[in-house]
Amino acid sequence: MSLFDRPATASVLYDVPGPKARARYRLFGILSLLGVAGLLWYVIATLADNGQFDADLWDPFQYNAVQQMIVDGLLSTLKAFGLAAALSLTLGALLATGQLSDHRPVRWTCTAVVQFFRAMPLLILIVALYYAFFAKDPMWALVLGLTLYNGSVQAEIIRSGVNAVARGQGEAAYALGMRKSQVMSSILVPQAVRSMLPSMIGQLVVTLKDTSLGYIITYNELLFMGKKIASQPLNAAGFPYIPVVLVIGPIYIALCLLLTALARWIEARGRRGANRRTSAAA
Amino acid sequence: MGFLFEQDNFALFRDGFLQTIELSALSALLALLLGTLLAAFRVSPVPILRAFGTTWVTLFRNTPLTLLFFAVTFGLPPLGVHFSHLVFAVLALGGYTASFVCEVIRSGINTVPLGQAEAARSLGMSFGQTLTLVVLPQATRTVLAPMSSVFIALPRNSAIAGAFSVPELYSAQQTFSERGYSIFAIFFWVACAYLLISATIATLFRFLETRLAVAR
Repeated sequence: MSLFDRPATASVLYDVPGPKARARYRLFGILSLLGVAGLLWYVIATLADNGQFDADLWDPFQYNAVQQMIVDGLLSTLKAFGLAAALSLTLGALLATGQLSDHRPVRWTCTAVVQFFRAMPLLILIVALYYAFFAKDPMWALVLGLTLYNGSVQAEIIRSGVNAVARGQGEAAYALGMRKSQVMSSILVPQAVRSMLPSMIGQLVVTLKDTSLGYIITYNELLFMGKKIASQPLNAAGFPYIPVVLVIGPIYIALCLLLTALARWIEARGRRGANRRTSAAA
Repeated sequence: MGFLFEQDNFALFRDGFLQTIELSALSALLALLLGTLLAAFRVSPVPILRAFGTTWVTLFRNTPLTLLFFAVTFGLPPLGVHFSHLVFAVLALGGYTASFVCEVIRSGINTVPLGQAEAARSLGMSFGQTLTLVVLPQATRTVLAPMSSVFIALPRNSAIAGAFSVPELYSAQQTFSERGYSIFAIFFWVACAYLLISATIATLFRFLETRLAVAR
């Protein structure tokens, strides 16, 4: 086997296995399969023994009112996410512009703002906003808190993305007599966008997950609705906390995975475009 | 701003601060141990372990931390698991952060060039020697920067525990609000405390980075 055609399984940690190693791996495989299956069985058995799979406990999900509550919660979550995403991207763009400014006071102010909001726990921020300004309207406390925090993170992503464009690009543009705003808008930002899109969408996933903090300030998003469903003594079977988690968890996971898939798709598209360009140039 | 030094407010604030640190330290320990184990699973030659690691990471990275706290606090007691609120919080926060630690370690190992391990093997080094003398030292250096952001995020995330009955800084903020002090003054002191914690961790990691840096 030559150096240049390694098998796909080649790893920095271990050689391609020989017959003995393969037998050993198979043994480990069987043992760990038993281990994982045992763990799963234990979890399911514990849940079943404690009556968590009893039909009574899952009854609430048959009521239209409860289904409507889940849908409402999901819509509230998506609404807060949409607003926070749009506002945080806007704020991020503004702060990044400030951080890349030639004027020292502007640059310092924006950097201080970004560093401060990145270091603050989001929950503390949201709760402070809630008590100070939005006690009647928790959604805006949530949205503004998410905007301040995620906007700062987006600003850092944009700033480092612009700075990561090869220096010659900006220099060449200046040499052609472009002004700074022209260099930024027609040379640096278009090139930076490709490299930063995946991390920007990654941060949007974080934004989506953090909308669940609305639960704490009683904004009626998905998790809060879940708590409402779970704490209603609808029947004698007890409080369906675990069924609620088993229903709501997958919704969140599916939403996040959808966003992640979008990021992957965009990344792959960007790579394809880049390859095409280099091959055309060569 | 002066309210902090009235009555027993300072004691409450101090206890909350110490509880935040305790919670963060315990969760960091759990996250580091569990994350390393999961990373070992994810790079192991046994497919079922790799699948287990991938599933864990996908589930925990895409679940909101608040939902995890919710699940642990309200989901475990009906199953007959009764711990203190602190232990529940450590489980949620540690399990969540472990998935991030796992990803950092895994990508760190993957950035070590394949040729390094091949060279080590062709020099006759054993698996253990290759791992401890060649692969891990190089992986450690690339891992430090992303690891620092994971561990700076950890105390910030720990604030959520306050909403699930752990008496830490967030709960101190709540108590002060209920006592009717100005929200801005409270926010100022709590912000100072968190900035102090994250600055300390950042300094620690920067110190490690300079200690481990090599000219390349």
